[in-house]
Amino acid sequence: MTSLRPVSAEEIESLAIGAWILGTGGGGSPYLALLNMRRLYHDGAVVSLMDPMDLADDDHVAVVSNMGAPLVGQERLTDPRTIARAVTMMEEYLGRPFRAIMSLEIGGGNAIQPFMAAALLGLPVVDADCMGRAFPEAQMTSFAIHDLPMFPLTLVDVRDNAVVVARAASWKWMERLSRTACVAVGSIAATCKAPRTGKEVKECAILYSTSKAIRLGRTVQAARSTHRDPIEALIEAEHGRLLFTGKIADVARRATEGFLRGTAKLDGLGEFRGHRFELAFQNEFAVGWLDGVPRVTTPDLICVLDSVSGDAIGTETLRYGQRVSVIALPAPPVLLTPKGLEHVGPRAFGYDLEFTSVFA
Amino acid sequence: MSRVRRTKAPRTRRPTVEGRSPAKASRARRPTVEGRSPAKAPRARRPTVERRSPAKAPRARRPTVERRSPAKALRRRIGIDVGGTNTDAVLLDGPRVVHAVKTPTTADVTAGITTALRELLAQPAATPPGHPGLTPAAIMIGTTHFTNAVVQRRDLTRVAAIRIGLPASASLPPFVDWPDDLAALVRGEVVMVEGGHEYDGRPIVPLDERAIRDAGRRLREAGITSAAVTSVFSPLNAECEQRAAAILREECPGLAVTQSHELGRIGLLERENAALLNAALVDLARRTTRAFTEALRASGLTAPLYLTQNDGTVMLAATAEAFPVYSFASGPTNSMRGAAFLSGLADAIVIDVGGTTTDIGSLRHGFPREANNVVEVGGVRTLFRMPDLLSLGLGGGSHVQGEPPAVGPRSVGYRLVEQSRVFGGATLTATDIAVAAGLVDLGDRRRVADLPAGQVTAAVARMHAMIEEGVDRMKTDARDEPLIAVGGGCFLVPERLPGVSEVVHVPHQAVANAVGAAIAQVSGEVDQIFQNLSREAALAQARRIAEQRAVSAGAAAGSLAVVESEDLPLAYLPGNSLRVRVRVVGELAGA
Repeated sequence: MTSLRPVSAEEIESLAIGAWILGTGGGGSPYLALLNMRRLYHDGAVVSLMDPMDLADDDHVAVVSNMGAPLVGQERLTDPRTIARAVTMMEEYLGRPFRAIMSLEIGGGNAIQPFMAAALLGLPVVDADCMGRAFPEAQMTSFAIHDLPMFPLTLVDVRDNAVVVARAASWKWMERLSRTACVAVGSIAATCKAPRTGKEVKECAILYSTSKAIRLGRTVQAARSTHRDPIEALIEAEHGRLLFTGKIADVARRATEGFLRGTAKLDGLGEFRGHRFELAFQNEFAVGWLDGVPRVTTPDLICVLDSVSGDAIGTETLRYGQRVSVIALPAPPVLLTPKGLEHVGPRAFGYDLEFTSVFA
Repeated sequence: MSRVRRTKAPRTRRPTVEGRSPAKASRARRPTVEGRSPAKAPRARRPTVERRSPAKAPRARRPTVERRSPAKALRRRIGIDVGGTNTDAVLLDGPRVVHAVKTPTTADVTAGITTALRELLAQPAATPPGHPGLTPAAIMIGTTHFTNAVVQRRDLTRVAAIRIGLPASASLPPFVDWPDDLAALVRGEVVMVEGGHEYDGRPIVPLDERAIRDAGRRLREAGITSAAVTSVFSPLNAECEQRAAAILREECPGLAVTQSHELGRIGLLERENAALLNAALVDLARRTTRAFTEALRASGLTAPLYLTQNDGTVMLAATAEAFPVYSFASGPTNSMRGAAFLSGLADAIVIDVGGTTTDIGSLRHGFPREANNVVEVGGVRTLFRMPDLLSLGLGGGSHVQGEPPAVGPRSVGYRLVEQSRVFGGATLTATDIAVAAGLVDLGDRRRVADLPAGQVTAAVARMHAMIEEGVDRMKTDARDEPLIAVGGGCFLVPERLPGVSEVVHVPHQAVANAVGAAIAQVSGEVDQIFQNLSREAALAQARRIAEQRAVSAGAAAGSLAVVESEDLPLAYLPGNSLRVRVRVVGELAGA
């Protein structure tokens, strides 16, 4: 018995806010994807959310994401037809239809990509993803941690160019092959990753992350409308930790090897006056130091939020003078296993630090 | 008397923010959107940012302040601020404010200016007999007229939106994120055609010239008079927009065409929004600048007219007609620049306390620190360079109510002189509290004598706390900084604040924005790709072009100084390509 729950237009708005928070600084702003969803809903579309436990073991699930440079996305924008074509192309390649669509990463704009495809294809979206947040690289997923195969992959652009990566020798090769195709079509492309069976999703995905993102967004919206502190509301509702409150004193960024790397320095305000916090990022926030001592590291979710509105602030929109709160949210348990930490722990990002969860 | 210290320096430039920093938002400021000579056709190619390596961080050169001979710079100038409530005018003689007047803004704008000028010029000091050389040599007007037109949804022209970029961007057409009421007023034709560029300058698909030509004919038939053309990655390669503008003008003679690459940077929707707003304002801009010109002529002034821009520099009225959006935030910019000038301070926090709100900003090297994020104008997302301001709902007219007393955000506004207690009204305002506390002497003090001392003390404490918190939020330096207090309600600012070295009050503070307009300078900018030149040769050539542009915009050649200069090699373009951006600023040339 399958239960499908229609997602309301208001929930899509909440999803955009929550997904941006779960992006932990990366994943790209959901704004353009949200604008697409508003138009689709305005024209009568309604997307349903599917409980992953309702998937049959042999159901086929599409895993989608938009790939490329967010900066290019700001010019080329994003189109539901492109991501839908990546899905239908995979169906054609495999010769069998998908039962549902899910997100590769719930953090940032990719949380909404499956909804865009689903609205056009009439499929439900599975309430799950395989990061529980945002990460910069393909092997930083729960599917990779579980050693599931990473091929085939379809990649399409707006011009009707399409590529199938039929096999790849490793995650690294998959990243290299798909990245090359992506750059060739202008550094932005829609992708359908290796399809998953219902069984694989149930056993290896991060479950209920879509409804979690919606819930986060709703918490922030509710706090705003009742003039409560959205930061406090989020921490309370999601069992998070307040790590720092302050203002951005300095930001240094550089783009290297396809990543936006850099650091941000914060001066304390309120109870943190006189203290300093430093954040390091590689697309997403990776490590935070309080007065020079490591305070938090990936895979704990490090979220930098506007202290007044509770809106997430991305690593590319960090700006001198912003008043921000840094909070930690718990990471999905699979990322905290020894295998998980190999893929997404501080050492995977080049920091010679032992992972100690702030929630430990 | 205040010292003059005009430090020319780069507008805030955080050497770290790639590409999205407003400082990079280079506007090709060529006096030319439409109908101008082909020789001036914009060639700005702004590459994306990602390619900037840290080693190539912008080398902003901060020039030492050059001493110009007085003969070269303008000695006498008039600054006018046309606000929503008041029209202020000042006459400056070098660093000296000769005279200042404040008159009500009139519905037709012109009458207010004429009145202000008449009062100003009637001063014996304004036109000393036997000194014809002292007649004003330039008039600078700062106005909120165009911002207000957008915010209040009036005097807007219906425009055509031409988007070049299909098959990309198709699902999010022009106006997609506009408020419905504003879109309903502005949206004329919407045309989306194939074309545009990739991030590396390759075409996405060839420009569909026939579709542009068809659109031009349709616009003529529909009676559309203004169009905005936006092409994907036009800041990098403007060819599509330029070609489309030329075709549209052929097919629809007299059409005003705004090209997005002249207004903004990477970010298609935001840049397109700026171009659409500009296109919607060109008719009003033409009428307004001509009314200004008429007002000057009626006042017997023959000096050239300039309009102030967001960044504290001016453009000739003829240019302003084509780029009204450049003036969007010139009010706060002028106010802060005026405060800097009047105080002689180049680095300080500025607090401008008006009737309803208080704006707090930060001055760096004499220019406001800029906001670095999406700025909404009338509900439309844009990426204009705007001063970073914190607005509080606190002003001289703020309501004071309750126990413990709450202050603002409601305000009696310009009706302060009727409705506040000290002026015989019934509403308790921040001004009444200030009078009762002895902070200022206004109206009739006896009318607030009955206020309990505890209530007065508590209300003053509340207002001071609001200001202290706001100042602290805008401070980004742990060291103590001076605070310049301006505006009609500046008596609400406490004399001592944490983190503030001193509170500076300046003469003529009530007309700081007219002073800011009067001291505005002229800039020239170039942002283009040079190929097969040495770095030094490319920089030198860029500087020459920027200087030529500044001079043709009215700058005195000898006064020009480079305020921004950056170069970065473009690894993905052929032929040893170097993108160079140079901006020079100088004084207006003497008449």
